[in-house]
Amino acid sequence: MNNNVIIIGGGPCGLEASAQLHQMGYNVILVEREPQLGGHLAKWDRLFPEGIKAKEVLDQLIANINGVKYFLNTEVKSINQLDKEYNVILSNGITILATAVLMASGFDLFPAEKKEEYGYGIYDKVITNADLENYFNTGKDRRITAAPKRIGFVHCVGSRDEKAGNRYCSKVCCATAVKQACEAKEAFPDAEVFCFYMDLRMFGRGYEDLYLRAQKEYGVRFIRGRVSEVAEDINSQLIVKAEDTLSGKPIKVTLDLLVLMAGMTNCQAGVKVANMLSLKKDDDGFFTCKDSILHLQQSDKKGIFYAGACTGPKTLPDTLHEARAAAIAIHNYFKERK
Amino acid sequence: MANFGYSLTKSSRIDLNNRNIEKWNRLVELEPDVLKCMACGSCTASCTAGKFTKTSLRSAILYLQNGQEKEALEYIQSCLLCGKCFMVCPRAINTRHLLLSISKIYSNR
Repeated sequence: MNNNVIIIGGGPCGLEASAQLHQMGYNVILVEREPQLGGHLAKWDRLFPEGIKAKEVLDQLIANINGVKYFLNTEVKSINQLDKEYNVILSNGITILATAVLMASGFDLFPAEKKEEYGYGIYDKVITNADLENYFNTGKDRRITAAPKRIGFVHCVGSRDEKAGNRYCSKVCCATAVKQACEAKEAFPDAEVFCFYMDLRMFGRGYEDLYLRAQKEYGVRFIRGRVSEVAEDINSQLIVKAEDTLSGKPIKVTLDLLVLMAGMTNCQAGVKVANMLSLKKDDDGFFTCKDSILHLQQSDKKGIFYAGACTGPKTLPDTLHEARAAAIAIHNYFKERK
Repeated sequence: MANFGYSLTKSSRIDLNNRNIEKWNRLVELEPDVLKCMACGSCTASCTAGKFTKTSLRSAILYLQNGQEKEALEYIQSCLLCGKCFMVCPRAINTRHLLLSISKIYSNR
């Protein structure tokens, strides 16, 4: 039996699992389809709740994989189950026999243009959470020109929405929206900032404090009601309509910038690999764990493991926990087979 | 105006573009804790006067934020200043003090 573990996906999940398994003495091969490691984390500016720089976290995660073999710009071309191992052919021509495969393929952001009524890709002043992070990171976005006077955030875009095909809550967007609302107020101190929410799901440690800070220190106005439609006026400002469900009245406001909190869906590149192995998916499109309490890291196939957002929306700390848990699950799998 | 046999109903839509926030800003300056309200409704539920009159501090804050001053004042004019809402507010807003400040800034009397 060989000592090889293939990890699919070089985001924070794949990086942490690589570092742990490498330390345990396994021969880890990390496969990433993009030209750099880090996944979505590499494109983010700051992280909730305290606003730690994403780059600091990523640099640490990358430093920790010291010695792990990784391939960039590389996809899994085929993967076959043999008698005791998996035969994996990569797009760079390399073939690897691996005893265990870890799916750390993560998530895709919900394509916000699918919610046509919000006008992403149609109106110039509608952007997504990822666009705003990119703006905070680089200071550049052709859609943000003069300092906006009124900024809106729409929670649950492509989440809790059966018509968008996603009934589930994406878990991280509430905290992200509140964090970004505070940052928007820091970047544009004269702006009024509105958050349109249905429920605020501030479940984690420090998240409720973040919400309180957004209200008290930044004066962010939270309006309970889902935005129903967005239109553009002659000055290319946005007319946003919703119901203020706390007063039971329709509400209208003109905004200079609207940020859509796109949720999480299973990563399509990961699904492509999983389909080669006929791995199961739940109704929500994420992979099915062996069971939902005791065996979150195991799939229904021996030797195939899961970690991170490929089994449902997760925060970064959740994902890192799962990466470590998967390393232990894989270690136990090797021990049982000896 | 000519009588056509029908009349137009005024829109009940809240228009955040045209609200006057000058008084609201003054209130925030005087009572920064007003921003802490998360609309839980504890104040309204515990209100002694609320059983008999239209009294709800939660609603008054909301209407002030929406620029509907007249409606907001209707929600606090029957307040007896008993202070029960102060005891139940989970975010420890000094509701009694807030009510008096709202009256001071917004009331015409």
